[in-house]
Order: sequence, then C-alpha cells, then structure tokens
Amino acid sequence: MEKMPKWADVVLVPIISLLLAAILSAIVIAAIGESPWAALKLMVEGSLGSTYGWGYTLYYATNFMFTGLAVAVAFHARMFNIGGEGQAALGGLGVALVCMFIPFPHWSIALLVAAIAAGLFGAVWAAIPAYLQARRGSHIVITTIMFNFIASALLNFLLIGALKPKGSMEPATGKFPETTHLPTLHDILGVIGIPFSKAAPVNVSFIIAILACVVVWALIWKTRLGLEIRSYGESEPGAKYAGISPFKIIMISMFISGGLAGMMAINNVMGEAERLVLNSVEGAGFIGIAVALMGRSHPFGVFLAAILFGFLYQGGAELALWTSIPRELIIVIQALVILFTGALDNMVRTPLEAVFLSLRKKGA
Amino acid sequence: MTQAPALELKGISKSFGPVQANKDISISVQPGTVHGIIGENGAGKSTLMSILYGFYKADAGEIFISGQKTQIPDSQAAISAGIGMVFQHFKLVENFTVLENVVLGAEDGAMLRPSLAKARKLLTKLADEYELNVDPDAKIEDLGVGMQQRVEILKALYRQADILILDEPTGVLTPAEADHLFRILENLRAEGKTIILITHKLREIMEITDTVSVMRRGEMTATVKTSDTSPEELAELMVGRKVLLRVDKKPAEPGVPVLEIANLTMVDSDGVTRVKGIDLNVRAGEVVGIAGVAGNGQSELLEVLGGYATATGTIRLNGEELDLTGKHSDGQSRRNKGIAHVPEDRQREGLIMDFSAWENTAFGYHHDPKYQRNALFMDNAAIKKDTQEKMDRFDVRPPDPNLAAKNFSGGNQQKIVLAREIERNPELLLIGQPTRGVDIGAIEFIHQQIVALRDQGKAILLVSVELEEILALSDRIAVMFDGQIMGERMPADTDEKELGLLMAGVTEGAA
Repeated sequence: MEKMPKWADVVLVPIISLLLAAILSAIVIAAIGESPWAALKLMVEGSLGSTYGWGYTLYYATNFMFTGLAVAVAFHARMFNIGGEGQAALGGLGVALVCMFIPFPHWSIALLVAAIAAGLFGAVWAAIPAYLQARRGSHIVITTIMFNFIASALLNFLLIGALKPKGSMEPATGKFPETTHLPTLHDILGVIGIPFSKAAPVNVSFIIAILACVVVWALIWKTRLGLEIRSYGESEPGAKYAGISPFKIIMISMFISGGLAGMMAINNVMGEAERLVLNSVEGAGFIGIAVALMGRSHPFGVFLAAILFGFLYQGGAELALWTSIPRELIIVIQALVILFTGALDNMVRTPLEAVFLSLRKKGA
Repeated sequence: MTQAPALELKGISKSFGPVQANKDISISVQPGTVHGIIGENGAGKSTLMSILYGFYKADAGEIFISGQKTQIPDSQAAISAGIGMVFQHFKLVENFTVLENVVLGAEDGAMLRPSLAKARKLLTKLADEYELNVDPDAKIEDLGVGMQQRVEILKALYRQADILILDEPTGVLTPAEADHLFRILENLRAEGKTIILITHKLREIMEITDTVSVMRRGEMTATVKTSDTSPEELAELMVGRKVLLRVDKKPAEPGVPVLEIANLTMVDSDGVTRVKGIDLNVRAGEVVGIAGVAGNGQSELLEVLGGYATATGTIRLNGEELDLTGKHSDGQSRRNKGIAHVPEDRQREGLIMDFSAWENTAFGYHHDPKYQRNALFMDNAAIKKDTQEKMDRFDVRPPDPNLAAKNFSGGNQQKIVLAREIERNPELLLIGQPTRGVDIGAIEFIHQQIVALRDQGKAILLVSVELEEILALSDRIAVMFDGQIMGERMPADTDEKELGLLMAGVTEGAA
C-alpha cells in the first residue's frame, strides 16, 4: 500500500520544503533590516527577468545538471559519489589539454572531442575510488572526497607549472584557440531570429546537458544495464542471486557518474572561461548532491532542480550586487534550500503522509 | 470458574492508516491455562500482542488484568502489570552473561553485586522448579538458540511475570528443544502462570494449549476449547475455507541422477566452514528434502548451487561439472545451464521489493533474448505481457504487473518468484523455505506446483526448516547438521522424532 499518491511525493514534498526554506530565508532577511519581498523581486528579476538573467541562470543550471546527473546515476547503484568536484576539475583538465594541443578546424568537432576527453578524465578519476571500493572495500564517500583534494592539488601543480603560459603571473592556461570557442545561446537563437543577450555565458552545452538527461533516463529505465544498476542499488544479496556482478556494477556506474561530472567542463571551461583557471568548478560538484537529492535521482527531477539552483545562484549574485545583504547571507539562503529539500526531507514527508492517510480513511 | 480471568481484552481495535489490523477483539484467558492464538501472517496476532505489551496504543477497547482495568502505555507498565514477553527475535546482549542479561533493566540499586546475587539464587530455584537449566555465568553468544530462549523466559520470570506471552517460540528450535520448551510451559502452567502462545503451527496448538483463539484479517473468528476442535477445523477457521493439509501426490518415479554433489566443502568469508564434505544426489522426477535447523549449512549449500558462493569439491549437472570457483560462473551461467532457484529469503534475494512485479519477473533472466527489443534497449512491453501471463497462471493477486513487489502479500510475492523460476522449465529447481511467511491457502497451491514439476520429470532440491513440509513433499530426506549430512531417510520409514534427533546431531550409534 502506497502511503501517499505519487504526485504528492514528487511535487508536493519539494514545493512545501521550498516554501519552508523561503519563509525561513525571509525571516533572516527581515532580521537584518531588508525587505524580503523586495529581495525576492530582485532575485526573480535578476535571474528570470531578462534574457541576460536567464542566460546566467541556465549557464549555472547546465553545470548543475551534469553534476546532479553524476550523483543521481551513482545513487541508483547506492554509491554516494561526492567526488563530483574533483571529477569536474579533471574534466576541465581534459578539455584544456585537447583544446590547447589539438588544432581543430571547427567548434563542433572540438566540442565532440573535448566532451569525450572531459568525460574520460572525470570517469577515470572516479574509477580509482570505485576500484578501491569494489576490491578493497574502502568506503566510496571517504575516497571520493579525498580525491577532490588530490584533484585540486594536481590542478594547482599543473596551473602554476606546465600549463601556465611563459611570463604569465596567473595560475591559469592561456586562452583556447578561436576554433574551439562554443556558440552561445545568443548565436544559436540568432539563427532563427530570436534575440538573446550576447553577454550571457549560456552556450551549446546547455543542449548537451538536456541530451544527457534524456540519455541517463533511458539508461536507467530502458536498458539492461540500468536494470542491473538499480537491482544492485536496491539489494546487493539480490543482485548476487541474479548473477549481477557487484564489481562490474560499481565500476560501470562510477565510470558513468564520473564521466558526467567531468563533462561539466565543456560548459564552464570550454564554453564560458575559454581557458582553464584555478578552482574552475566553484562548488558545482557539491551542489550536484543537493540537485540529485531534490530531483529524487530522476533525470527530469535533476533538470528542474538544476534550474532552481541556477536561479538561486544568479538571483543570489544579483542580491549581493544591489542590496546590502552580504554575500555570506546568500550562501545561507542557498544552504537553507539544500537543508530543507535534501536533509530535512522526512520532516515534510512524514506529516504529509499522515495527512494523506487520514484523508483516505475518511474517504473509505 | 469463579476466578477473575488473568487477562481480559474487550473490544480492542487498532488501525494503521486504512488498514484495520485489529477489529473489535475480545478474549478472556483464565489463570493457569495455556491460551493459543493462531492465525496466518498478517492476521493481526502480533499487533494484538504489541498492544498488550505497550508498543502500540489501541484506538479503542479496554484491558483487564486479574479483573482490574489496566492502562498499558509502554512496556514498563506491561512489566509492572505482570506481563512478560518472549519475542521471536531475542532481545539479549550477546557478550553479557546470562545473569547480567536477566538483571539488565531490573537492577535493585546503583550497585550491581546485590542484584546479581539475588538473581543467581532465583535462577537456581527456577531451574529446579521448571527445568529451566542455564549456566548463569555463560555468555549469551556461546549459547544455542534453545538456551537463549530460556534466558528470555527467565528474564520475564525474574520480573515476576504472571502472564507470559511467547511469539512463535518454536520457529528456531529443533523438535527436541521444542518438546523441552513445552515441558517448561507445562510446569509454569502447573504453578499457576498464564501463558499465551502465538503460533501458526497447528500441531503445537493441539499439543499444549487449553483454549485457542483463531484470528483472521484482524478479527477474532473463534475461541474454542482445544479438546473440542481438530486441526482441520482450525485450518478452516484460519483461512475461511476448507484446506487440504496433506499433499496429494503419486509415488515418485525417479530417473537418472540430475544433480551429483561429491565432497562439497564451503568456507564463508569469515573463514568458517559451513559445508563439510557433502555427498548428495538428486534424480530426475524426485524431490529431495533437506531437513535441519536453520544455520546448519543448508543456506550455504543453496548459495553454492545457485552460483554465488565459492566452494571446493565437485557438482555435476547431468554429468557436466559446474565451476565452483566463481571464476567462470555466477547466477547467470547457472540459469543458462537449467538451474532455477527460489531463494530462502525472497525479500532479500528473490525479489527487489521496490521493483514492480514485471521488473522482478525479468530479474535474473534479464539477458533472455525475448526480453530485449534491440541491442540497446529492453522490451519492457514484452516483459509486462509475459508477467501478466505468469501472474494469471499462478493466480497472483492482484494480477497487476505494475504493482511494486512490497505491495503484495507474502504468499503472492512467493508466487511471483515461483512463477518466474518454474515457468523456465528448469532441469533442477532449488527451492528454499518455499512457504515461509506464506498463508495456508497459498501453501497448498505452492506445494501442488512443486509436485507438478516433479511429475514432469524434473529434479527438485528442497530446503525447509518446517519438518512437516519436508515430510509431506520429499521423496527422500537428507538431514543436515553442522554442515554435514547426518543421514538419508525415506519419508515412509521415518518420523519427526527420528529426524529431530538427526537434526540435533545425534546419530543412531550414539542414541
């Protein structure tokens, strides 16, 4: 017997969580003497009120879609991959290497090769902790987070050394060649005559991210591998009984997960910065965990949650720019959303289930 | 009887959401009697006892103890009202001694020594009075389950329980241990204690109880004197229709050996040897039953045969040797060779509880070409159609392939697994605890399916801890104890007593 209808589970629970987070944020904003209403208006206008705002919102959302999908795929195999940060950083390295050292005739080929490189670098970075988990039993949470630090140190090392242009004082690569620059949404929509902000960083990667959502959905629910991944995630004894190799599933699911996280680099490194800088991931790997939690590890949920977090990021930046609300407080607001939608899920769910049960009892 | 009843329940009701677990239940238990409560899984027995022990609060109804109306908001109140409970799963601290476990939670003061001394004296007394012998200084982890159960009873008596509730007490015991338990219960009854025995085994009810209440779907359908009833009548009251308690089958016509096991030894991941050099054959057209108390290597034997545990020795299927190292085999290759497996624990292994029935039907057979649409995708529509047909043939209710496995009753879950495995028309069917947690009505059906498969000339290896089931279904019985096969018997030439001795590791020479 289901405790409550599915629509309540997937729609009502996150909306109520979100409202609670918004109310608490409003109280916090009011407490420092700003108007919560004005702040909300500013956030909405700044992130959704213009194509410029949308351009940033969707740019951030693209990052979060990749990292959110990465966490979601691993979740289905009951692997908690919190190494998205490091895998995305390695993805950036992959992008930088192919963009700098392979002469591409056209951006489309560059994108294809860069995406493969980014995915491969991220995947291999995730495969090491996966192997340690599968063969040695080292807990994936511990190892993936350790690999974040290793990735950070590795990039540091490369960016102040081998990859830095001669004479530069900045820990970053030089600008990628012109032929690797990706078309932005302005360029794409311009073809069909729709005006879109030229300054916004959202680019063709956004479309790749949506494609990735569709591919992950099909993988998880339409393929044999998806069935095996979900079986292993639900029950390891069950998977063994059915002849599904735990080793294989851990390796493959983490490989895919790391690959998705790595592919984020085509957006931030190739699409936006057009060079590799230090700390290019900017926490998107961790936001991916919240996105996957809120999206219930379903690609469509991840898509929606990624756009919500894109909105929070862009709206937050606007708040910091135009009000006296300090940047730290915006992080608090984002944290509240993560807290309510992710960690405090049961706080909303349990009472809601009780409500539905009593409703049903009256109806019966 | 003029005495006030030791325990009286009036109009107890309890629902969980839309499910009414207990509906207006009233019983009255006289002091110094054994009262049985029998019913299928999910009939509401455990809920009723949980209310009595203060775990749940009843929606309506009253509890009287020795004529006094009593509120039982928590288990502490139940204990002070003189109610003691022996759970199916013992609640003991493994690395404490018997004495420490008995005293735990009922210490007299801050210092342990006086309580322990008092308990030691009482334990000696109880041991003499009721045949409740346990070494007070033994650690729980060193005791067998039968002994551990005695500690639970001692715990209750130490807390001066007058009413003792036992929830499925014989599930983990050998027949000999169960007999001893019943002797203890008889002694307790003679001393004037009141005992409530919850079970689904008709035999136990007939053997020890004075009165018996039957529960069905949350309702108390009857309360009768045990001497006035029969197992057939009780079964009918439990299920609500006539039930065949015996399995109807022709004599077996065994053919060539299908499964040949020689000198099989299995060491688990903790380095414990679970199976110790077993030799066993199963021929076409026969059911070989493995009897034994749970945890004597039967589960591991099934795991090895099912391809997901490694072992040494040889196993041949139709003459062909199977790989036991795990290097060239797993559950998949076993299935390909024609071994189907209904695992002992369907909720942990046999099914993915959150998966729909159709996903569970593909589970394990997900490489079947007829389930694939092309190289990339599975043909979910074909799987659903196949599931629908299987559900119809095995009378799974409700016949909805999209329903999650967890939403089916135990019996219907088992039918989903059985349909998946039997419909593959295997050479060899491994089947563990086929009717555990399955209601009587479904047991009949499941037994018929097993016999039907046998009559098609297939080999069946049955593992069950229910001796009755082993005796009813098997054409040949092997008894396992401590990883070894103690002996083989033909069902016609043996009885529960002899098998019980073998299950306890006693061979003819020693007996």
